[in-house]
Amino acid sequence: MTTETRTRASRVAHRSQTLPKAPTGIAGLDEITGGGLPRGRPTLVCGTAGCGKTLLAMEFLARGALEYDEPGLFVSFEETADELTANVRSLGFDLEEAIRDKKLSIDFVRVEPSEIEETGDYDLEGLFVRLGFAIEEIGAKRIVLDTLESLFGGFENEAVLRAELRRLFRWLKDRGLTALITAERGDGQLTRQGLEEYVSDCVLLLDHRVVDQRSTRRLRVVKYRGSAHGTNEYPFLIGESGISVLPITSLGLEHPVSDERLSSGIPRLDAMLGGAGFFRGSTILVSGTAGTGKSTLASHFADATCARGERCLYFAFEEGPAQIVRNMRSVGIALEPWRRKGLLRIQACRPTTLGLESHLATMHHAITEFEPRVVIVEPISSFLNAGPVEDARAMMLRLVDFLKAQGVTLLFTSLTGGGEDLEQTEVGMSSIVDTWLLLRDVELGGERNRALYVLKSRGMAHSNQLQEFLITARGIELLEPYLGPEGALTGSARVAQEARDKAAAVTREQELEAQRLLLERKRRALDAEIERLRLDFEAEQAQFERAIAQGEARERALARDRAALEQSRHGDGTAPRVNRRRTNEGGGRP
Amino acid sequence: MSLPKKKSVPAKVRTLEPEERWDLRLYVAGQTPKCLAAFSNLQELCRAHLEGRFQIEVVDLLEQPQLARGDQILAVPTLVRKLPEPIRKIIGDLSNTERVLVGLDLRPRS
Repeated sequence: MTTETRTRASRVAHRSQTLPKAPTGIAGLDEITGGGLPRGRPTLVCGTAGCGKTLLAMEFLARGALEYDEPGLFVSFEETADELTANVRSLGFDLEEAIRDKKLSIDFVRVEPSEIEETGDYDLEGLFVRLGFAIEEIGAKRIVLDTLESLFGGFENEAVLRAELRRLFRWLKDRGLTALITAERGDGQLTRQGLEEYVSDCVLLLDHRVVDQRSTRRLRVVKYRGSAHGTNEYPFLIGESGISVLPITSLGLEHPVSDERLSSGIPRLDAMLGGAGFFRGSTILVSGTAGTGKSTLASHFADATCARGERCLYFAFEEGPAQIVRNMRSVGIALEPWRRKGLLRIQACRPTTLGLESHLATMHHAITEFEPRVVIVEPISSFLNAGPVEDARAMMLRLVDFLKAQGVTLLFTSLTGGGEDLEQTEVGMSSIVDTWLLLRDVELGGERNRALYVLKSRGMAHSNQLQEFLITARGIELLEPYLGPEGALTGSARVAQEARDKAAAVTREQELEAQRLLLERKRRALDAEIERLRLDFEAEQAQFERAIAQGEARERALARDRAALEQSRHGDGTAPRVNRRRTNEGGGRP
Repeated sequence: MSLPKKKSVPAKVRTLEPEERWDLRLYVAGQTPKCLAAFSNLQELCRAHLEGRFQIEVVDLLEQPQLARGDQILAVPTLVRKLPEPIRKIIGDLSNTERVLVGLDLRPRS
């Protein structure tokens, strides 16, 4: 807030170097004029009847007296002081106190043509004396003449009158008074009596138009000598706290940004939004067809805001506060405690009861008074559909700008029609929106299911998945997305597909088990074969060993027999040679 | 009432009531030629038509500026007939006697 005020102040200061200016204190007007009306010079405010000239003039004086310490004199040619005081009291100005404190003075100049007979040469010195006296009485720095043209009805001699008017403006300039002169709009010229001829420093034009049964007031700076100024037509409102001109472009894109993230109140949705939720001060659009849970989503956010201890202002244009509270209780969101604690305010109003401007003014007023950190507008589509779309869009833009400048987060919902393309209908809104959540029905297998996706979200990595969600007794629950080979599925189709998947998995398991068993059997068969072969081998080995042992035993027996024979023959060893040969033939030993 | 007679009619006024008092107030702003002319024109006219039953009070707004508001004075000079009622206002230097007499209700409007 302080940074914002400072930048605005410096911007105003920068511009005002061109010409000394007297700030009006009227919201928005000082921005358009680059600091206010030309100080010490007259400014002309012209417009048709009932366009707010008198009010603008009075606010200029009242704010000058109360906020800028510049006493003001209101010279009224049409309404008495009592009437004027009563008229502006409804706008929050207590003039009586200012009048008692000698900061403000109202002088009713009665011009009654029927009472006046002209009998020769005259001038308006009486008026000058009168103004001079009233100015000195309070040390006025500002003066309003409302409506000077009434003089033309009171005096026949126009030549005298015009000469005197010229003298009057000169006289006001010489006294260094910042003057505001109101005049009726004339045919083909700015004012009926051509007052712009005399007041040429600054001319403001007020307009009151009715388009499609809705009235819009507009203000334009026709001329501002020696100063740059906004040249557009700016809509303005007469609200509960006076006039506010809402310059569409004046706030520009210079608003501060925050890195702080705010939970949407739905953890899974936060996860989709880069894992942390919305940015503080961003603008969030939740759009969708009827019954897709827009209000519930908005209430989640309201609930999360209050849970952080921040104030939330909820503008409801379709349901009353009690109904919202009841409905949200049914899905497990308790809003009533927050209302009792003063953290949540639900302001309900039918869109058709007021014009767009009045709505904006009312919202403006409520926001300024309640100072919420989060604002919810539910839904804006009522405005989009009812009035001219450009106007509704301009209104939203102004609201967005106003909130952004203060770092207030705005969430608004929008109802899209059944047959329309969801993403096309609010294409005009897209540019002013930072995060756009789209809620939609997914029709499949004879049922409608709800799905959510993040269409866009500036400044964060966000999920591209279409997530199904349910509205349960605990509010919105996002489901793990089912993304099979056959695409994203929802509802029963999803459940069925999951069952099919499960069945398939079971079958695969069983096949695997069978193969495992087969393998086991084969392994066992192999083991048995190996055992058999080993046993065969062992049997054979034993047989061989036995045969070898028998052979050896026989050899030993033969050797013994031969030795015994030799002994018995007492031979010299010739005879055994024959025996040995025989042994070799009959024996197994190599 | 016939039109051609209008210009040739002499300065003849309506018959005044025996007790009728005339209370006149002339607002001026300093001694400008216009104001001086108005004063002398007024005196002449009163002597001619209201002899013995009039009273003139001259108010200089430069000296009593607050009276400009109280009596709703814009033009200078302004002559106000306070009595007889109702109050009547005549502005200018009173050089057009015809119109002054009409304005003061001394002669009916034609």
